[in-house]
Amino acid sequence: MTELVTTDLVDLDLAPTDRRAVVRSLSERLNAAGRVTDLEQFVADVEAREAQMATGLPGGIGIPHCRSEAVTVPTVAVGRSAGGVDFGADDGPAHLIFLIAAPEGGDTDHMTVLASLARLLMRAEFTETLHNATDPAAVAEYVRTEVTP
Amino acid sequence: MKIVAVTSCPTGIAHTYMAAEALEQAGRAAGHEVSVETQGSAGTSALSDERIAEADAAVFAADVGVQGRERFEGKPCVEATVKQAVNDAAGLLEQAVAAAEQQGAEDGEAAPTEGQAGSGAAAEEPVAEAAGSGSATAGTAPAGSAAPGDGAPAPETKVTGTGGFGSNLKQWLMTGVSYVIPFVAAGGLLMALSYALGGYDITEAPPVTEHFDVLSLTSWAALANQIGTLAMDFLVPVLAGFIAFAMADRAALAPGFVGGAAAVAVEAGFLGGLLAGLLAGGVVAGLRRVPVPRAVAGVMPVLVLPLIGSAVVGTLVFVVVGEPIAVAMQAITAWLNGLTGTNAILLGALIGAMMAFDMGGPVNKVAYTFAVGGLTTGSETAFAIMAAAMAAGMTPPIALALATKIKRNLFSPAEHASARPAWLLGASFITEGVIPFAAVDPLRVIPSIVLGSATAGALAIGFGSTLMAPHGGVFVLPLVGGPLLYLVAVLIGIAVSTAAVLLAKSIGRGERTPAEAPVTAAA
Repeated sequence: MTELVTTDLVDLDLAPTDRRAVVRSLSERLNAAGRVTDLEQFVADVEAREAQMATGLPGGIGIPHCRSEAVTVPTVAVGRSAGGVDFGADDGPAHLIFLIAAPEGGDTDHMTVLASLARLLMRAEFTETLHNATDPAAVAEYVRTEVTP
Repeated sequence: MKIVAVTSCPTGIAHTYMAAEALEQAGRAAGHEVSVETQGSAGTSALSDERIAEADAAVFAADVGVQGRERFEGKPCVEATVKQAVNDAAGLLEQAVAAAEQQGAEDGEAAPTEGQAGSGAAAEEPVAEAAGSGSATAGTAPAGSAAPGDGAPAPETKVTGTGGFGSNLKQWLMTGVSYVIPFVAAGGLLMALSYALGGYDITEAPPVTEHFDVLSLTSWAALANQIGTLAMDFLVPVLAGFIAFAMADRAALAPGFVGGAAAVAVEAGFLGGLLAGLLAGGVVAGLRRVPVPRAVAGVMPVLVLPLIGSAVVGTLVFVVVGEPIAVAMQAITAWLNGLTGTNAILLGALIGAMMAFDMGGPVNKVAYTFAVGGLTTGSETAFAIMAAAMAAGMTPPIALALATKIKRNLFSPAEHASARPAWLLGASFITEGVIPFAAVDPLRVIPSIVLGSATAGALAIGFGSTLMAPHGGVFVLPLVGGPLLYLVAVLIGIAVSTAAVLLAKSIGRGERTPAEAPVTAAA
């Protein structure tokens, strides 16, 4: 089964500071990795989801996500921003951004990976580790081992 | 304390599970046994019946309808958004504990946890226990029909009382509409079939109870027509009933249906039905807040609430809504009759606009009656007006179906489902096919289809089309004078409506999103 996240899907120094630009930047990584077939469609789908309810979480986390026909396999792209990006959370901008891509109509086996990831995001030690990480490859490896369906 | 919870969110991939995790963590921290049912895309981890039975309270952290909600009936409960659970799970558990203790105190009042929209859990308990054991198999609970699985968009069930009024209103209307779609599809397609088999005058056939010949195609067409008409007659009551259900649960179902039927009786159309449904939901939700002695609490949801609710809503619709509509219909009819001699094209536009205004409501009825009434005179003008009326009545469902194909993202799954039969319904001059779209978003859809129908009406008369049949859509095309240009008029009308709907929906969406976002974020 394809990995949930790989080294080239991790960006520990996000340049953009605007939410849409960050989503686009991470989406381009998904697109380059073949996880997203249609970049524009995917970005639009993420934006549509974002419009329903902001995805910022307390503790400086943003989780833009969507189910999209443009997604081939459940994937997460991880971004970190030193300056912070506003994802609409009450307590301030997000420093860790997880762009979660789910295929439209994906079967439940695939989706359990993402469910497991979502639960991890609520655990302090998980996000703490990512806050302090220095190496994209280590981040990808850490997320993969922690996310056990 | 033992607490059960259900989490669900629109996308079903993130917040559902984060809320579950947060509730479980908070439960461990506070020493409660918390079990969570995640209703998300990774399958539903259903709570066992025993687990629910032994729980002291329930927490619903859900932005979309909770499936199988009736399993929890009678439990003290706390309603919240998934976001509230993610942000403050401990607070929700505290509320649940408070609700459980309040019910334990047996003072007979509904457990009013702050922010909870009158679920009246405590008041319903005795009944819930009776119904609870059979709910899994009986299938009488409307919420039970929300069972997932067949790929079709499940009708949305009860919605949470949190969030802004605007988004609540939309969810109530969506719930009503999702139950209406099957009636429109079944009834409308049977009627279309009957026109195809039996011609436009099939509506004049004698009732099949009096005359039915197995070997006669006309008899079968008449049968299809009469079943179809019957199914369509449910449209407004079902709409009103399930809007009320979404607002105030099962006790509001009867008042909603009765209010909807009353709206039909006073010829208030589907807009009257919308109003009646909202009225019924509001009345029952209000009545639930009245504290009652515990002895009476048991008969509230099955007897008192439906009784008072139906009486109040029925009275309001008949007395308050009915009279002005009757007066207005007379006035508009008189005004239309006085218009003879005005510019024919303007008259076509006017009739067209009226046809699309309320789909079976008073304005539509006046215009249609005016057109059909003219047929007996046999004048060329009358035939032209009939042609305009039918062209105008055909465009709305097709225009909306077309719009869903052009910009998929602007429409919900339920709307995509209503689009499938809408093509044929429009082609058959069954304007009701557009009601599922109009009921969810009347302020954008109605002006758009009025525009296109007015265009179609004006063009039909301008092109000199005539029609001697009162029904039938494309099936009576052979009876239309100037059929080709007539089709052109219909197609242009469709194009205008489609463009207008797409424009209205994209503009409206851009304006509304930022306004709504802070509301949900603050919740």
